Amino acid sequence: MVEWLDPLLLARWQFGLTTLYHFLFVPLTIGMVVLVAILQTAWVRTGKLKYLHLTRLFGKIFLINFAMGVVTGIVQEFQFGMNWSDYSRFVGDVFGAPLAMEGLLAFFLEASMIGLWIFGWDKLPQKLHLAVIWLLALSTTLSAYFILAANAFMQNPVGFEINEELGRAELTDIGAVLTNPVALAQFPHTIFASLMFAAVVVVAVAAYHLSKNQYLDEMRTALRFGLVINIVAFVGVALSGDQLGLVMVATQPMKMAAAEALYETTAGASFSIFTWGTPDGSSELFSIRIPYVLSFLSTHDFGGTVEGINDLQAQYQTEFGPGDYTPIIWITYWSFRWMIGLGALAALISAVGLWLTRGGRLPEKTWVWKVAIWSAPVPLVASLVGWIFTEMGRQPWIVFGLMRTEDGVSPGVTGLEVLISLIAFTVVYGALAVVEFGLIKRAAIDGPKDWAKYSDGADGDGGTASVDPTKLATVY
Amino acid sequence: MDLAYLWFGIVGFLFIGYFVLDGFDFGVGMAMPFLGKDDTDKRVMINTIGPVWDLNETWLIVAGASLFAAFPYWYATLFDGFYLALLLILVALIARGVSFEYRRLGRSDQWKSWFDWMIVVGSAVPALLWGVAFANIVQGVAIDESGTYTGTLFDLLNPYGLLGGLTTLLLFFTHGVQFLALKTDGDLRLRARALAVRSGILTIVVAAAFLVWTVLQHLDIAHLPVLVGLAAAAAVALIGSWVANRAGAEKAAFGLMAATIALAVASILAALYPNVMPSTTDPAFSLTIENASSSDYTLQVMTWVAVVMMPLVLAYQGFTYWVFRKRITRASIPVAAH
Ligand code: HDD
Ligand code: HEM
Ligand code: HEM
Repeated sequence: MVEWLDPLLLARWQFGLTTLYHFLFVPLTIGMVVLVAILQTAWVRTGKLKYLHLTRLFGKIFLINFAMGVVTGIVQEFQFGMNWSDYSRFVGDVFGAPLAMEGLLAFFLEASMIGLWIFGWDKLPQKLHLAVIWLLALSTTLSAYFILAANAFMQNPVGFEINEELGRAELTDIGAVLTNPVALAQFPHTIFASLMFAAVVVVAVAAYHLSKNQYLDEMRTALRFGLVINIVAFVGVALSGDQLGLVMVATQPMKMAAAEALYETTAGASFSIFTWGTPDGSSELFSIRIPYVLSFLSTHDFGGTVEGINDLQAQYQTEFGPGDYTPIIWITYWSFRWMIGLGALAALISAVGLWLTRGGRLPEKTWVWKVAIWSAPVPLVASLVGWIFTEMGRQPWIVFGLMRTEDGVSPGVTGLEVLISLIAFTVVYGALAVVEFGLIKRAAIDGPKDWAKYSDGADGDGGTASVDPTKLATVY
Repeated sequence: MDLAYLWFGIVGFLFIGYFVLDGFDFGVGMAMPFLGKDDTDKRVMINTIGPVWDLNETWLIVAGASLFAAFPYWYATLFDGFYLALLLILVALIARGVSFEYRRLGRSDQWKSWFDWMIVVGSAVPALLWGVAFANIVQGVAIDESGTYTGTLFDLLNPYGLLGGLTTLLLFFTHGVQFLALKTDGDLRLRARALAVRSGILTIVVAAAFLVWTVLQHLDIAHLPVLVGLAAAAAVALIGSWVANRAGAEKAAFGLMAATIALAVASILAALYPNVMPSTTDPAFSLTIENASSSDYTLQVMTWVAVVMMPLVLAYQGFTYWVFRKRITRASIPVAAH
């Protein structure tokens, strides 16, 4: 086989790309289903048509996106065996269990409820149909929990013992795997991050219509709703992120050292917001630093000691033998900053937005709306780089302290095969991304126009009306 | 280690569920060019499976995850070994999955016909390749002592494997067409019934050949009577389904076809037992229920989860089918497509 077709390198690229791609859609699903459920609840409780219109509009966007989450998710399920079969042999006994639970507890429920929700508008009583979307939200959140528990095992293996004879990790305590401190912190962090993204999508859609001066009643409500959720969710992200940082320092100190490119063990370590030069410290030209913050993030003590890369590297060499135990520093350094920075930016924009629209005001300047629309991807990018940080920061381990990434790759798969699938997925995914984005954009621009005619002659003032459910029926 | 045998059964059950359920989705997809005379017909067809195809496909995900949890070595060898075949299946499932939803969102005819073809191909490819994959599993493939498959994609395309693929393709096709006869009305319903009569004959011939070949390959196994019994029952159910369809007994025809698929998969599993992936390189390298399974503790945990969840899962899935029990007619399709 040709030298440069290195199966390991290609497999890493493939896994990274396809998973990032899956996670392009997942946050919107996780976040939007909750928002739609809240909107539908508001409709059922108040009978105000504006809530119905918003439920339908954001429900449509949710569904377009959901389809992509599902089809890219199937790939994820099989990828472990395809590209990482030695890894699967090694951890399957532990790692398979949360995945199978995800299927039995979450995916089956999710797939049943999605069908009932889309096609059940005229077939289920109103209250039952509402229960369906809440069950959908529950199952989606559950599925995130189980997959994060599986991922947490890779960050911080617990509840297992090594079977030397078979050369594999075996489960000894499922409770420990499901209550892995990493999972408990990752879960709220990821859910809140997803809510942030769904909220800014709602804001962007509302901003578009408000800037066009249409559907004012619905869109005013949507705008404030999205802004508030985004800010609240950011607080949740920050609090859980703080927790996650503590856990990370306890379980993978190297990752935190790499996040700051901190080479020497330091007490009262500062956090750099920006470094010009190389973050490896060899040629720093300029940096903005906040004193003590890194120590605080790592230990909740401003004077706390943060272990540096050099010490950790030496320590790991004694423990695990010779080798390089540092991740790629510039990636961890910048991805950590971009995650926090972009999230904070999104929250800041929302706070300004709330102030500008206080007491029912609507800004006249078009640039305000442009900012609201164009800042929609910001929290999504924050989430993606957060994952890049998490996963790249774990390197060179595939399961921290137990198995190196290079040992997990499939022995029987050639570089050419991985290359073929890498190209196939990139092409298919790329094409679908374009289609998906186009469809969502159109649904957003159309707004509630498809349903405005069901307002029973009401003048769109958000007044109450009973709606004939057969008119709501969805048909492919 | 007894639980491993139970899990062989559970994984088998999940795959049977997958083939019976997603099987008719594939059939409906493949039948689009044959029965979808105009856009309304096609939409009627898609709507028969609209609320359930995702649910049906989820059986595959759960089967795959259960395979991972209960038989990690089987999971690893199978998916690493059948890499390119699986890639094709995945790409096809992606194409099919997005098309149901995205087809209706377009406004031009070109857009629709594009997604129509994605549905057809996205249904036919997995329908064929699942059969190829399973036939190769029973027949045995080249596996070395580390449990790694050493062949290529083209080794899978041997006569027995291809016959297996053709069998699932035809079974699913007829299954889907019978499902349409059961779920639609009027002209489409009659045409579906007539098509199932024709495709049924071909299905019977091919499936019978495959079952006989499978039995002949396994004459030396200890539990031969079980295998022969299951294969014979599958054949009887298949012929019964054809007869019922001809007589216009749509429910019976569909039910018997579901039974056929279940029994055919069961035959394959019986032929496999107690191996899960026999090695043609050296029988000593074969993966078996015992040597491919997870630890006892893991299986215990999973058994609890399965025992508690399966009845619930079956109950709400049954409810979903019950809610959408009505036939879909042309009249139920709104004239103005979005
Ligand atoms: C909107 C997105 C977003 C925002 C604003 C933040 N994060 Fe985050 N972060 C994520 C989205 C995210 C994520 C993509 O969801 C990750 C990847 C893995 C995970 O569980 O969440 C993540 C991972 C992650 C990790 C790595 C965990 C590990 O490797 O085990 C840490 C330490 C933090 N975050 C800490 C923070 C802190 C202190 C924040 C301060 C506000 C913060 N995050 C904001
Ligand atoms: C959806 C969010 C996720 C994203 C964006 C993501 C991203 C990545 C990236 C970029 C890599 C490549 C790292 C490298 O090779 O240098 C990777 C590797 C990997 N991730 Fe994740 N990941 C996510 C979630 C998960 C989860 C939930 C699991 C397990 C349940 C997981 C398991 C793995 C495995 C097995 C590898 C391959 C081995 C490795 O390279 O370390 N990932 N992921
Ligand atoms: C790398 C590991 C991952 C695997 C194996 C995986 C597997 C899957 C599968 C098979 C599906 C389709 C389910 C269906 O058909 O209904 C899916 C969808 C989903 N995944 Fe993932 N996933 C991974 C990463 C993640 C992560 C990190 C999250 C969230 C934190 C996540 C959350 C979801 C959600 C909420 C859905 C359902 C909604 C949707 O389809 O968009 N997944 N995933």
